[in-house]
Amino acid sequence: MTESTSQHTPFEPRLVAFLCHYCAFAAADMAGSMRLQYPPNVRNIRLPCTGKLDAGHILRAFEEGADGVMIAGCEEGSCHFLKGNLVAKSRVNWVKTLLAKVGLEPERLHMYNLSSAMGPRWAAIVQEHVERVRALGPSPARAPRPAKSEATK
Amino acid sequence: MIVGEQKPFEQIVKLIERYRRVLVAGCGTCVSVCFAGGEKEAGILASMLRLEAQKNGRPLEVLEQTVKRQCDMEFLEEMTTKVGQVDAVLSIACGCGIQFMAERFQDKIILPGLNTKFIGVTLEQGEWAERCAMCGDCILDRTGGVCPVARCAKRLHNGPCGGSSGGKCEVGKDRDCGWALIVQRLQKLGELERYAEIIPPRNWTTSRDGGQRKVVREDLKEQGRIEPR
Amino acid sequence: MTEAAAAKKAPKPAAEKTPPPPVVGPVSGLEKLIQSGGFAVTAELGPPKGLDLEAIHKKVGILKGWVDAANVTDNQTAVVRVSSIATAAIMVQQGLEPVMQMVARDRNRIAIQSDMLGATALGIRNVLCLSGDHQTFGSEPGAANVYDVDSIQMLGILKGMRDDAKFAGGTDVEGGRPPLFLGAAWSPDADPAEVRTLRLAKKVRAGAQFVQTQCIFDLAQFKLEMKKAGDMGLLDKLAVLPGIIPLKSAGMAKFMRKNVAGISIPEDVVKRMEGNKDGKEEGTKIAVETIQAVREIPGVRGVHIMAIEWESKVADIVSRAGLKKGPGA
Repeated sequence: MTESTSQHTPFEPRLVAFLCHYCAFAAADMAGSMRLQYPPNVRNIRLPCTGKLDAGHILRAFEEGADGVMIAGCEEGSCHFLKGNLVAKSRVNWVKTLLAKVGLEPERLHMYNLSSAMGPRWAAIVQEHVERVRALGPSPARAPRPAKSEATK
Repeated sequence: MIVGEQKPFEQIVKLIERYRRVLVAGCGTCVSVCFAGGEKEAGILASMLRLEAQKNGRPLEVLEQTVKRQCDMEFLEEMTTKVGQVDAVLSIACGCGIQFMAERFQDKIILPGLNTKFIGVTLEQGEWAERCAMCGDCILDRTGGVCPVARCAKRLHNGPCGGSSGGKCEVGKDRDCGWALIVQRLQKLGELERYAEIIPPRNWTTSRDGGQRKVVREDLKEQGRIEPR
Repeated sequence: MTEAAAAKKAPKPAAEKTPPPPVVGPVSGLEKLIQSGGFAVTAELGPPKGLDLEAIHKKVGILKGWVDAANVTDNQTAVVRVSSIATAAIMVQQGLEPVMQMVARDRNRIAIQSDMLGATALGIRNVLCLSGDHQTFGSEPGAANVYDVDSIQMLGILKGMRDDAKFAGGTDVEGGRPPLFLGAAWSPDADPAEVRTLRLAKKVRAGAQFVQTQCIFDLAQFKLEMKKAGDMGLLDKLAVLPGIIPLKSAGMAKFMRKNVAGISIPEDVVKRMEGNKDGKEEGTKIAVETIQAVREIPGVRGVHIMAIEWESKVADIVSRAGLKKGPGA
C-alpha cells in the first residue's frame, strides 16, 4: 500500500528545497542551532545563488518523486550577485507554466525570500509549504513505485 | 542564426504518444543559441515528457542527447547508439537537422519537436527577429543595408506601400516598416538619391522558386576525398 | 524531312516577322478626356462577394453618366469578390468605362501579363496598378501572397508590353499590343514624408500616366506636395486625380484619421463635422468644396470620388460641384 492511498497514516509530502548559500542556507543553519522544530519532510540543496537554479533541476526533482519544491533566496535587493534572486523569480514563474503543461499544480513550486538572520522564518516557511503541498496530496507524477516488485519479493 | 521555437507541448505529447521509447535529440548550434533546441532545452523537454507520462500512467522511457550540429553527418554518428535504443527520435533541431537525422537513420521514425522560424538576430535576451529571407541574390547595397525581401510584408522592392504609418508596418504595429528603415538609413548616409532608382523585377530563380538549391565547391570536395598514401 | 522540321532547321529570317503596330493614344475615353483638357470624374465600384450580378448592374446604373469612368477594385481589403476583370468586362458591355485595378498580391508576372492581354481583349483599357492590401486583413488570412513584382515593377512590365511589344521575360508580344492607359495610386500624406514625391516620380518613370490619390482633406498639405511634384517636372506627363471621400459623421472622420494610413484630416474638418447635426450633409458640403478647391491646383486633371457603399451620393456631389456631368450634359 502506498502512502497516498493509506487511510490511516497521514500523507507526508516529500519536499526538495534549493537554498542560496548566502541567506536561506545560513537561516536554516541558524534554525538548527536555535533548536527550532520544523517538519523533517524537506531535503535541502545548497546553491551558490538562486540565480544558478536551472529549470531542469526543478523538473528533475519532481521526476524523482518530489511532491513539492521550494526555492529560498535572498530578499529582493540583497542578492550577493546583485540580481540572481530576481532571475530565479522569473525562472520559477516560467517553470510553474511548464508544470501546468504536464498537469501538475503550479503551487507545488514556491519561491521564498529571506535573510541569513531569519532562522525562525525558515522554520515557518518550511511548515507553510509542507502544509500547502499536503493539502494538494501526493504528486500525480511521482515515479511509479517499485512497490509491487517489493511486495512479491 | 536559424531561429526556432519548440512546438506546443501538447502537440509534442500527441506526436510521441504511439511510442514507448523516445530519444529527445538536441542540436548544439543555432537552436541552442536561441534557447529552443539545445542541451538544456532537450533536458527540460525530456523531463516534462517523463512527468506527463508518469502522471497519466503511460509507460514511456525518454532518453536525451545533444550533439554539436545535426546538419553534419559526423556529429549524427555520435547518436547511433541511443537512436538504436528507441522507437522514435524527437529532434528539436531546425528542419535541416531533423531531415538529416532521417537521412542518416533511414529505418527510424524521426519526429519534429521544433518549428523552424527564420534566419534572424537576437534583439535582446528573449527576443529574436527575422533579417534575411535567403533570396539568393543580395541587394542590400541598394537598400541602405535593410532588406526589403525579409522586412517588408509584401517584399516590395520599390516601397513603401500606402499602409505604412509612423514607421510601422500595416501588418502589425509591433513591426517596423522595412521601407521606412531603408529611407531613414539612406538619408543618414546621404544617399537618398539611390531611392529614386527603380529596382527592376527580380530573377527569383536564385530563391525558393528556382527549385531546391545547392552550393558546390569542387576544390573542397576534392580535398575531402584525398586518402593518405 | 517534314516541312515542320525543315522550317526548324532553317528559321525564317527575323525581318519577316513584323512587330505589331504601335499603340497610338488615346486608348480610352478617360485618356481622351484628359488629353483634351477636360476635367475627369472617376468613382469606385466594388464587385459583390458572390454572383449577385444585379448588384453590379445597379451600381452601373447609379454611376453611368455621372462619372467618366469607375474603378473596379481587385479583391479590395483582401476579401474575395467577383474578379475585377470580369466586373470590368460587364461594365464595358453596359457602357460604363472601367478603370480596372490590379494588385500585385495575387498574381505573378505570368498571370499579370496574361490577365492584362485577356482584359484588353474584353475591351478594358484603363488599368490601375497597386500593391494590394495585405492578405492577413482579409477573408483568407492564411493565403500565401505572391508579390513577385510590386506596383512600380508592374507598371514597367505593362508599359513594356505596350510600348516595346516585349514581355517581362524578353519575348515578343505577337500580333497586337495591349492598348493601355496606365494608372497608379499616390498617397500625398503617407509616411515617410521624405519620399512622397520621390515615389511618385518612380511611378511616372515606370509608366504611370495618371494617379488617383488617397483621399484629400488637408488642402494645404496637398498643394505643397503638388508644388513639389510640379517642380520635379512630373505634372507635364501625369494627370493627378485627387481622391474625395464624403464623410458621414464626425466619428467616421476621427476613425479614419486614427486608423487609416496615409490620411490626414485637419482638426477644423472634424470640428465642422461635429458642428452639424446632419453629418451626411456636412460631409457632402466638404466634398463639394474640396473638389472646387483642388480644381484650381495646377496639375489636377479630375477627381476620384470614393463614396464607400454610398455610390448613390456620387451624382449629388458631381452636380453640386458644378462638374457638368450627368445624363444630357
